[in-house]
Amino acid sequence: MDTDALTIDGLNAFYGESHVLHDLSFSVKKGHVLGLLGRNGAGKTTCISAIMGLVKAKATRVDLFGQSITGLSPEAISLRGVGLVPQGRRIFPSLTVYENLTVAARRGRSDHGSNWGLEQVYATFPRLQERQRQLAGSLSGGEQQMLAICRALMTNPRVVLFDEPSEGLAPQIVAEVAVVLKKLRDSGLSIILVEQNIKLALDIADEVVVLNTGYVAHAGGADSLRSNDRLVEQLLGVY
Amino acid sequence: MNFWIIQGLNGLAFGSLLFILASGFSLIFGLMRIVNLSHGAYFMLGAYVGLSAIEAGVNFWIAILIGGGAICILGGVLERFILRRLTGQPLAQVLVTLGIAFIIADTCVWIWTGDPRPVPMPSELTGAFRISHLAFPIYRLFVIGVAFALAATLWFLLERSRLGAMIRAGVDDLPMARAMGIRTSLLFTVVFCLGSALAGAGGVLAGPILSVYPGLDTDMLPLALVVVILGGVGSLLGAFIGSLIIGFIYSYGQALFPDLAYVILFLPMVLVLTLRPTGLFGRQAI
Repeated sequence: MDTDALTIDGLNAFYGESHVLHDLSFSVKKGHVLGLLGRNGAGKTTCISAIMGLVKAKATRVDLFGQSITGLSPEAISLRGVGLVPQGRRIFPSLTVYENLTVAARRGRSDHGSNWGLEQVYATFPRLQERQRQLAGSLSGGEQQMLAICRALMTNPRVVLFDEPSEGLAPQIVAEVAVVLKKLRDSGLSIILVEQNIKLALDIADEVVVLNTGYVAHAGGADSLRSNDRLVEQLLGVY
Repeated sequence: MNFWIIQGLNGLAFGSLLFILASGFSLIFGLMRIVNLSHGAYFMLGAYVGLSAIEAGVNFWIAILIGGGAICILGGVLERFILRRLTGQPLAQVLVTLGIAFIIADTCVWIWTGDPRPVPMPSELTGAFRISHLAFPIYRLFVIGVAFALAATLWFLLERSRLGAMIRAGVDDLPMARAMGIRTSLLFTVVFCLGSALAGAGGVLAGPILSVYPGLDTDMLPLALVVVILGGVGSLLGAFIGSLIIGFIYSYGQALFPDLAYVILFLPMVLVLTLRPTGLFGRQAI
């Protein structure tokens, strides 16, 4: 059961001349949630974009279930089974809810259990079905976040990258997002979760990686931070 | 009164031709962010190819398909092998498409000489349509019908099909469309071929009205640009309304103030760019 879903080895990324990620290495086990934490500007979103192939990066190795996805295009990485719930949601505003879901739809692979389609999404999120003919741009923030999550699920991914899913949402909606994340983890999906909301992240994550200015500052089980407020304070400057 | 009706219908017919040209131009611009300056040359080359087909004894309707098909293939090849290499370099793309436009224009003079060539009208559409004392060429009414049918078809394709939703997703947020596994590279080629085919077929269709002559490309391209800027980049509705507006302005302007034709055509573009850079129906600024 301890297979690595996603392994990152020696990931470096650059914005023009500046070197923003330095030799990141970590891995997520199948069915686990890895919390990717760090202060603003630590490089979390860049790391997610690099895994997805959206920013130019150099890596010794990025493996998805043992198969290399190093240097592939975003569409190829998506087709191999990496889903993205991006920062700021970035649903397609001029498409309807229904279209947002169907443009991403792809048949699931035979090698894993869950198979997300419109029916499953609508059954899990009845709200989206009610709004399926509306333009996605007219949804509330919470609804847009649910849509962004479902859009990623429609690609039937094996690993999902969540980039700050709680950002800008009311506490009650954040709680809903947390419930969804737990459900997905329990269904066997592997997750990388970027969060500013440390409480939420530590509540869900099995392992954590803390970034600081593009370096891994701390890595270990989530317990290593849960039980150590001083370390959290030192690494993240919150609490 | 007759003057206004006849010029109005002329404007509608010219606007229809513009729409056939500008809809593809707008889609390419909106999705791929490429200002395809060879689009006018595609229109002219399509007309010449269609003309040669007709002179070789081919039926007018088949000639439209041949003109459109030839330009479709040409556009696809240029997109795949040249423009594709220049992704993310707008200036290089503009220069390359401009260069291709010049190459096509010169090649056309070489093959078809510099004399204006009328394209024969299909015999079943010659003659005039009469209501009381008004007469209007049937062929122009036909062209208007084609443009409306095309608008409806494109609308259906873009707004009601999954392919169309993918194209709009790409216009909305290209990196996200890719991250959702949409093969945008394939979409680009499809859209570029479609736009090119429309330009080529539009050229043949325009032949009986405008004739084909060296300079037809540079006459039409600025008008397509104005239409797209006025209507809004990547917006089909914008291209449609923009084409009709420019068609009317062109038609009435030519008749009433022939010396100021370009002022009346380009002043709206300048105003729109200054006051409403997204155009009438566009989402993104130029």
